[in-house]
Amino acid sequence: MRSIIDIMDLSVEEIDGLLATAEDIIENPKKYADACRGKKLATLFFEPSTRTRLSFEAAMYELGGNVIGFSDASSSSSSKGESVSDTARVISCYADIIAMRHHKEGAPYVASTKASIPVINAGDGGHNHPTQTLADLLTIKREKGRFNNLTIGFCGDLKFGRTVHSLISAMSRYENVKFVMISPDELTIPDYVKQNVLIPNSIEYKEVKSLEEAMPELDILYMTRVQKERFFNEADYIRLKDTYILTPERLQSAKDDLCIMHPLPRVNEISVAVDDDKRACYFKQVLNGKYMRMALILKLLEVEI
Amino acid sequence: MIVGQIKDGIVLDHIKAGRGMKIYDTLKLGELDCAVALIVNADSEKMGKKDIIKISGLIDIDLHILGFIDPDVTVNIINDGKVVKREKIALPETITDILKCKNPRCITTVEQELQHVFKLCDEGNKVYRCIYCETKAELESVK
Repeated sequence: MRSIIDIMDLSVEEIDGLLATAEDIIENPKKYADACRGKKLATLFFEPSTRTRLSFEAAMYELGGNVIGFSDASSSSSSKGESVSDTARVISCYADIIAMRHHKEGAPYVASTKASIPVINAGDGGHNHPTQTLADLLTIKREKGRFNNLTIGFCGDLKFGRTVHSLISAMSRYENVKFVMISPDELTIPDYVKQNVLIPNSIEYKEVKSLEEAMPELDILYMTRVQKERFFNEADYIRLKDTYILTPERLQSAKDDLCIMHPLPRVNEISVAVDDDKRACYFKQVLNGKYMRMALILKLLEVEI
Repeated sequence: MIVGQIKDGIVLDHIKAGRGMKIYDTLKLGELDCAVALIVNADSEKMGKKDIIKISGLIDIDLHILGFIDPDVTVNIINDGKVVKREKIALPETITDILKCKNPRCITTVEQELQHVFKLCDEGNKVYRCIYCETKAELESVK
């Protein structure tokens, strides 16, 4: 029985296996239609989510399984004061696998130490979001055809952007990957990402404030939303929320084969005018996320096809 | 100022000046039945000033946290008036329920029964991180 809390819980070889499974699902969806018949996924979402929760649910339904769960902490026993540990133990009696999102960092890890079924971290505070990273990796593979020799720009909220932290960790295992961190001073990449990932792996990275200056060298531009829910002070949020807005004009100096990614939801950091640009890949990410979650559920439930 | 020698006990020497009280509190030495002396700002040839703690009595006490608070501390075990063992404290792999995570977004802030566990991530720089949220422990994190 295995849980996935951090993208680094998966080896490069295991990720390759998941990517291969996802691509096989894309090619042969019928082959997987009954793969999880009789199995139940519990989606425990203590924090609001549209994409991730529905993606997990769609993934399980397309595997022939069922879904139980809640999408709001107020409708769960946590509103009565139940601990994450107890919730994990209880849900283990009802379901075969858990996907948990929680606003507190480390909550899915705590659940994984008490549950008797696999736990998937579906996002914990500003910490990690490994299944979004799996979606990102499939998108990079399908759009760029490689994981090596890439310059990736991360733009926006790099402090609380859990998808950024997880993708940096995942990409740091490939050769000749460079990062350009584009953010205001208040939202720079956390110290632990530098100390745990970038410095020990001698990854080339730079921190800049100007998106325009960074644009020409990028193979991938990963935009992020400044997340209102991560701020204790609304004035700080209002001051920072419109720091970077990607428009067709700002893309003029970008490479023709740039891959523009965003974990969504977006607010206004990518103008809708960019949506028609062939380099916009963020809606493809959404679809890829479902396939990778299907592959992950199959792996953790040890379903052989 | 003279504090007498102890017959059997523990002497924590070479404590960085000013850290003695932190160690006294962290090890909960005030709760012991035996005599304990905390000497601050003692003259030291090597350090200029240092703090010293003398515990009269060979008590069973977990000193591993000293590796985090002040790795330069020397632990002297005194038996029958003589130093029978002298050692530096190595950094422990994990520190449990001594440091408190300061990240307001950490699960430990709401789940009161959870142990506060920090793991050694970088021995060279003496960096411990919360196992739940990866926040770095600072000296002020000592409960």
